[in-house]
Amino acid sequence: MYGFEALTFNIHGGYLEAIVRGHRATLLTASDYNNLCQCETLDDIKMHLSATEYGPYLQNEPSPLHTTTIVEKCTLKLVDEYKHMLCQATEPLSTFLEYITYGHMIDNVVLIVTGTLHERDVQELLEKCHPLGMFDSIASLAVAQNMSELYRLVLVDTPLAPYFSQCITSEDLDDMNIEIMRNTLYKAYLEDFYRFCQKLGGATAEIMSDLLSFEADRRAVNITINSIGTELTRDDRRKLYSNFGLLYPYGHEELAVCEDIDQVRGAMEKYPPYQSLFSKLSYGESQLLDKAFYEEEVKRLCLAFEQQFHYAVFFAYMRLREQEIRNLMWISECVAQNQKSRVHDSVIFIF
Amino acid sequence: MQRRVEEFLDRLPEMDLMRSEKMTFVQLIFPFESAHRAVSYLGDFGLVQFRDLNEEKSPFQRTFVNQVKRCAEMSRKLRFLREQINKAGVMLPDTLAVQSDIDLEELETQLGEHEHELIEMNSNTERLQHTYNELLEFKMVLQKAGGFLFSGKEHSVLEERELEENVFSNNGYVETASLIDKEMRPATSEQSGLNFISGIVCKSKAIMFERMLFRATRGNMLFNQALADEVVLDPVTAEEVEKIVFTVFFSGEQAKKKILKICEAFGANCYSVPEDIVKQRQMTREVLSRLSDFEATLDAGLRHRNKVLSSIALQLPKWTNKVRREKAVYDTLNMLNFDVTKKCLVGEGWCPIFAKTKIQEALHRATFDSNSLVGIIFHVMDSVDSPPTYFRTNKVTNAYQEIVDAYGVAQYQEANPAVYSVITFPFLFAVMFGDWGHGICLLLGALVLIAYESKLSNKKLGSFMELLFGGRYVLLFMSLFSIYCGLIYNEFFSVPFYIFGRSAYECRDSSCSDAASVGLVKVRDAYPFGVDPKWRGSRSELPFLNSLKMKMSILLGMTQMNLGIILSYFNARFFGSSLDIRYQFVPQMIFLNSLFGYLSLLIIVKWCTGAQADLYHVMIYMFLSPADDLRENELFWGQRPLQIVLLLLAIVAVPWMLFPKPFIQRKLHLERFQGRTYGILGTSEMDIESEPDSARRHHHHEEFNFSEVFVHQMIHSIEFVLGAVSNTASYLRLWALSLAHSELSTVFYEKVLLLAWGYDNFIISAFLHALRLHWVEFQNKFYHGDGYKFKPFSFALLMDEDE
Repeated sequence: MYGFEALTFNIHGGYLEAIVRGHRATLLTASDYNNLCQCETLDDIKMHLSATEYGPYLQNEPSPLHTTTIVEKCTLKLVDEYKHMLCQATEPLSTFLEYITYGHMIDNVVLIVTGTLHERDVQELLEKCHPLGMFDSIASLAVAQNMSELYRLVLVDTPLAPYFSQCITSEDLDDMNIEIMRNTLYKAYLEDFYRFCQKLGGATAEIMSDLLSFEADRRAVNITINSIGTELTRDDRRKLYSNFGLLYPYGHEELAVCEDIDQVRGAMEKYPPYQSLFSKLSYGESQLLDKAFYEEEVKRLCLAFEQQFHYAVFFAYMRLREQEIRNLMWISECVAQNQKSRVHDSVIFIF
Repeated sequence: MQRRVEEFLDRLPEMDLMRSEKMTFVQLIFPFESAHRAVSYLGDFGLVQFRDLNEEKSPFQRTFVNQVKRCAEMSRKLRFLREQINKAGVMLPDTLAVQSDIDLEELETQLGEHEHELIEMNSNTERLQHTYNELLEFKMVLQKAGGFLFSGKEHSVLEERELEENVFSNNGYVETASLIDKEMRPATSEQSGLNFISGIVCKSKAIMFERMLFRATRGNMLFNQALADEVVLDPVTAEEVEKIVFTVFFSGEQAKKKILKICEAFGANCYSVPEDIVKQRQMTREVLSRLSDFEATLDAGLRHRNKVLSSIALQLPKWTNKVRREKAVYDTLNMLNFDVTKKCLVGEGWCPIFAKTKIQEALHRATFDSNSLVGIIFHVMDSVDSPPTYFRTNKVTNAYQEIVDAYGVAQYQEANPAVYSVITFPFLFAVMFGDWGHGICLLLGALVLIAYESKLSNKKLGSFMELLFGGRYVLLFMSLFSIYCGLIYNEFFSVPFYIFGRSAYECRDSSCSDAASVGLVKVRDAYPFGVDPKWRGSRSELPFLNSLKMKMSILLGMTQMNLGIILSYFNARFFGSSLDIRYQFVPQMIFLNSLFGYLSLLIIVKWCTGAQADLYHVMIYMFLSPADDLRENELFWGQRPLQIVLLLLAIVAVPWMLFPKPFIQRKLHLERFQGRTYGILGTSEMDIESEPDSARRHHHHEEFNFSEVFVHQMIHSIEFVLGAVSNTASYLRLWALSLAHSELSTVFYEKVLLLAWGYDNFIISAFLHALRLHWVEFQNKFYHGDGYKFKPFSFALLMDEDE
């Protein structure tokens, strides 16, 4: 249902929407990617990027560049933009913007917990964390020994606290538990975000429900594929699927009992939007699925910019920029490791 | 007659600023060995605009990409050095050092060495600073945490040994406390099984830290904290960080592990403090002595570093300049193309015709200096693109040119309104801002800016000051004209003065009570210059001033608009378009002047004769019933037939400017292309090869679309006809603002406090209104403003841009 957003949206959201659309205009285009793919060294990449918005972030880097530096600086730019928008935002946009970062927060928590489990140095782990998902006491995650401690010591202060209610057990942490925790948290997060967007109503609710449903479905498929052949029971698997999305509830029933990739395919092909996606893949193929999903996501995110007066553009912009950084990382890695033949494998053109 | 006029016009001396410089499209062919030098000489000269011939190539596919990269790397090093210098607080010299030419390669190695040296020094200092910080923190922990331990123990001791309190009460000596401590310490510690960890943590993290400790130990701990006396310098960011010293008491091995982990997570440095007071003192002493050692080393290091930095600072501007120039040269070289033999670089670009010989000289010099056997070829070519617009301005006219350019850059060789704006702009401003008191204030401001011109021009000013400074000559002219207009209006901060003699009027009686209601009596000849001061506050003041200012506004507006139309005539003549003269300029002149020109005539006649005619009435009934008798509004004989003739002329002028031009254009077009069913073949293949990338890129397909042309002409005519009314009315803002200004300044004068505030505001609004009158009412009569600016490759401009 459409409200009268056009009437009042610009009072608080107009400025930021203009900003985010301006940012969107600076996303790298296909011709940029073509040029980048022709680069011979990382310095060439730097040189090409210096003509884009990334220029000021890279110009002071000394010459033997590393892929990590490029990625780090590009992420820094995204973070700066995000922080600027967050500072300017008023309710409920500020909450909406904060929601965007919770996903990274979950990933960071999982990263640190897994890292300490394998006796990695905390400082080293912290450097690997996504800066958008940082919170104050993230370093003290290393102290926790089991789930309930994790919650009681650290996460209770973070926005993730409510999502944790389903995974508080006193079981010791191990890889399997952590992975289940990640997915449970993600499920709770997506559902919460979904409810929040529904509450906002209007075009935001409509577009975000599409984007989040896609996200939920993609996670469901990934969980299914990744859990094939593990000791995860069907019921447990079923519990990790988010309770919304195109696949909910019947698709979930089918996915829960899948035993191999072709069964997943069979389940998914009943849904027209995913049918086209799977039709591009040959049977038994799961490698290219990720790329297909990413491409589909980018397409949907770009479409979010077609409408005005809604918040989904912020979500879409952040996601697109992250995809762009993934692209840059891939290109830089390929260039650095002399694997230029594979450069096109994983790059997803945004425009 | 017409020929005479044209001859006269042709013989007029040329105005420099009226038409932009004549440009020519040139091709330069550089032998490879002298290209760099030649381009840098051209950069010094700064009057050639190169065209990018490699637009389709990405930056790293170009010829001199490596050199550009090297320059970028060098400028990065320079930025690093500058940052280090700024951080260290070493002053940069203001003036450039002597321009001894340095080799780029040499500079590159030098920069590399300097950077290396600095990085090494920094890492050394950082390491030292790190150890120093540790010691400093240890010292503070010793002092503070020692305090906690004793106070805690003293407390327990006091509880246990109440009897001895009388003996040791309140003497507060550490010695006494330690005496007890010595006796009691081992017992208490072991009895309770209490351990402690002391350390130091950032103040901002302290609260979270305490909370985390509390949670981790489930509240079984005691947390003591105190603010550290000294701030600690962060070795990486060189910022001062406030820290707090803490001591946690807890029990159990498990808790210890957790607490240590938390400390690590929060970046809290833990130091073991001996419980023994003697050991503690000894340690403090040791730490203090080591601290002073470190301080000395650090100081020495810092001094050395500052010396190195200041020697770099001396050279830095020169180096920066050099690198910037080199980068610009290579960027320009990247715009050039290789010729077929790959031995020469081919460049194309625009330059003003007057600079041709100088450019050739520079090129010869370059050939000679680089010992090249082959000269640089420089020749003029044809181009289909319209040339860029380039005005040679000086510091006075520059600001006015900027004002005009802000509206739109003139078409190539179009009449430049800036020529007239130099006077009309400040004058129209002054008409609204006429007050010689305010004018003097403005004059002083402008004079200050001009007096400190040489000093201020090198400095970085704020955006507002920069604006004022850029327009200092505009301000000067504005203030002079305001003084002039203020004298005419006879207002000095809204107070009239008797400067030019005595007033022509006197009151009817000595009390002067009826001056505001009845009026004054004229006793002698009119006041010689400007408005009679006696009128201020009298009955005739407002009617007189209104009438004066309103009519003056219309006269000024008519003059300026006529000037605009006449300039369109000069444009048409210059570009040889008789069509525009006959079917645009002439009817426009007739239309405007037969209506509002006539009004101006009436105003002047009324002023001269002192007639009582109502001009509104005359103008309105000229349209409504032109045949009626004018009766008491008749100003001169034959006015009625004149009006009818003028009205008819105006009516005829409208279709005149609307219809003929597009039809004639169509006819000319059809004649020109009659029977030509095939397009003209452009340059043949041979030509293209012999002249790489020359004019062949842009083929203008002249297509004549009649309906488009007609609609355009219709819009133009309607705009002019309606504009004649609205633009004339628009000039009335001169009157309105002038009136508002004098009224406001009267109010401000009465409430002196507001003076400064109102003043600032009014300058801006008068400025904006003057701007509008120029941009819209004046320039829309003739100015196209769709050209593009000449952007030469020039080192001087490069410097301005960067700073």
